[in-house]
Amino acid sequence: MTELNLNLNKNTTGRYGDYGGQYIPETLMNELDRMTKAYEHYKNDPEFKTELHDLLVDYANRPSLLYYAERMTKDLGGAQIYLKREDLNHTGAHKINNVIGQALLAKHMGKTRLIAETGAGQHGVATATIAAYFGMECEVFMGKKDTDRQKLNVYRMELLGAKVHPVTSGSMVLKDAINAALQDWTKRIDDTYYLMGSATGPHPYPLMVRDFQSVISQEAKTQLKEKTGKLPDMVVACVGGGSNAIGSFANFIDDPSVQLVGAEAAGKGVETELTAATVERGSNGIFHGMKSMFLQNKTGQINPVYSISAGLDYPGVGPEHAYLAKTGRAQYVGITDDEAVDAFEYIAKMEGIVAAIESCHAVAYVRKIAPKMRKDQIIVCTLSGRGDKDVASIAKYRGVDIDD
Amino acid sequence: MTKLTDAFKNKKAFIPFIAANDPDFEGTVNNVVALAKGGADIVEIGIPFSDPIADGPVIQAADIRALKADPDLPMDTIFDIVKAIRQQTDVPLVFLTYLNIVFQYGYEAFTARCEELGIYGLVIPDMPLEERGELEPAAKKHNVDLIPLVTPVSGDRIEKIAKAATGFIYVVSSLGVTGERSEFANDLSELVTRIRKVTDVPTAIGFGIHTPEQATEMAQIADGAIVGSACVNIVAEYGKQAPTKLLDYTKQMKKAVNAHPVR
Ligand SMILES: Cc1ncc(COP(=O)(O)O)c(C=O)c1O
Repeated sequence: MTELNLNLNKNTTGRYGDYGGQYIPETLMNELDRMTKAYEHYKNDPEFKTELHDLLVDYANRPSLLYYAERMTKDLGGAQIYLKREDLNHTGAHKINNVIGQALLAKHMGKTRLIAETGAGQHGVATATIAAYFGMECEVFMGKKDTDRQKLNVYRMELLGAKVHPVTSGSMVLKDAINAALQDWTKRIDDTYYLMGSATGPHPYPLMVRDFQSVISQEAKTQLKEKTGKLPDMVVACVGGGSNAIGSFANFIDDPSVQLVGAEAAGKGVETELTAATVERGSNGIFHGMKSMFLQNKTGQINPVYSISAGLDYPGVGPEHAYLAKTGRAQYVGITDDEAVDAFEYIAKMEGIVAAIESCHAVAYVRKIAPKMRKDQIIVCTLSGRGDKDVASIAKYRGVDIDD
Repeated sequence: MTKLTDAFKNKKAFIPFIAANDPDFEGTVNNVVALAKGGADIVEIGIPFSDPIADGPVIQAADIRALKADPDLPMDTIFDIVKAIRQQTDVPLVFLTYLNIVFQYGYEAFTARCEELGIYGLVIPDMPLEERGELEPAAKKHNVDLIPLVTPVSGDRIEKIAKAATGFIYVVSSLGVTGERSEFANDLSELVTRIRKVTDVPTAIGFGIHTPEQATEMAQIADGAIVGSACVNIVAEYGKQAPTKLLDYTKQMKKAVNAHPVR
């Protein structure tokens, strides 16, 4: 694996057109500034880069496979489908890529305590894992609804030595966990690093998370070239806050022939109130430190959102996605619960892969679009995580009782 | 000199806070009028937000109550509350809210309504110095002060923030979110001294103050004291009886901030 290029993005201002920025309480501004400067320094520091590289290879199991899904391709009868297997990373999702990078930065900044928010629990697990690895203290904030539907991950985090705080304010999901993490951070800054899990929040998070996740597309581009000599025609990834998607897009943004598609969680349907399809249904706003797109009412109150997937039910997207949507460089499509669950079962039976319900939103779109494409065309679909954590809730969705 | 700066003239200012629409329209009007009658120098009206990241449990709960009473709670209802308040008192008013609320209404339209109704300033915790540029032209045009926050960890930002301030400067007493406290950062007077070196704009300390003793102590350091959660607690506890309690509390706190002669 070649070293990760952390200077892919020439725009390091934290603004993506009108989007982005640092809309955050004054208490945190100096700390964000320190973080920005530290990142600008360390991303060009040979020692830091070597450490990052070694951790990605020896600890996270990179590079991840780019796997030709032959049965799926044949079955759908159109474009060739390649799956970028982030589910095979240590801890079972793409989240580890970002966590390794940020935790390493935290270590170099002299921090001894990591805090994080988590939705599905994957980011919390990844953070707890790296905290154990570095011998750091770790506290994870998780909405009470999510601690209930992702009990296994809560226990995993505790097993790894983290303290999990169920958040009972607001709608008790991911956005409320972020609120709680931010509030905790304003109380204790000195020794604490807030390790944000998606390409969201105030600058420098969207930039850093994108850079660390761009390992996905850096590898995929090389791997596909080796296998086919070509660029993909389309890249598809699911979008919660947008970290695996921006990482999947990053190295293809400047290749105009590559279509970029983000699969959002439509929940019960984009037109219903029970949705998390931010780009399709949302509007411009300012929240969680960034100007971006959000699901909100006319006054500007943030909507409670819904998706079967705990990792996708966030009422916003990262600022760079808002920008890619606005400029038309990327398209965003809503995938319903039903479609995602169908895809979950489909890819399990067709390819022998139990993929995360989040990732299955991307798979569902591939099922729709591949048959409409030519056989010489290529889709790269990111499987952001594995689906063990979802088995119980899918069974429940199907009305199967597997409680012991 | 702005109307807000005027409120600090020859005295220490007592600045209470309550959330709009908590418990309801009428209640808010009566509560603000009571605070004014009790001698509040400025009243801060919080515009409820679904996700108040700078606020502790007490003000969060107030926002939830206010939004439960009216889930849509349009900005125009809040402006109507202010209109009703204005029929009874001309106490200087400021809004405390999060930037998205102002952004959605439109910066120009929002500040124009503020000017029309006598809202003299805005405290926006998620709008640091670097991001106020987008709101500043409209605010200036409509004579609405953007009241900045300075915190014990603002470091070399203190001077930059203070120089750009009009109205007054909100000095955050300690790290963390709003809510009653028993201890404050111990270098607050140094912080205020640094501010005073670069500006005449008055300072008021907030976050955590609830007892008269604390108010006296803080008013010796700065030019005024801001009290949020304690007032909100009175509203939560006494409901329709809150105005009498708020009036008594304000009298007591107003006396406390002026316990020592102005320097
Ligand atoms: C497996 C998996 N995929 C995707 C996501 C969504 O996050 P993002 O949009 O930042 O990639 C999550 C979040 O928890 C996840 O666990």
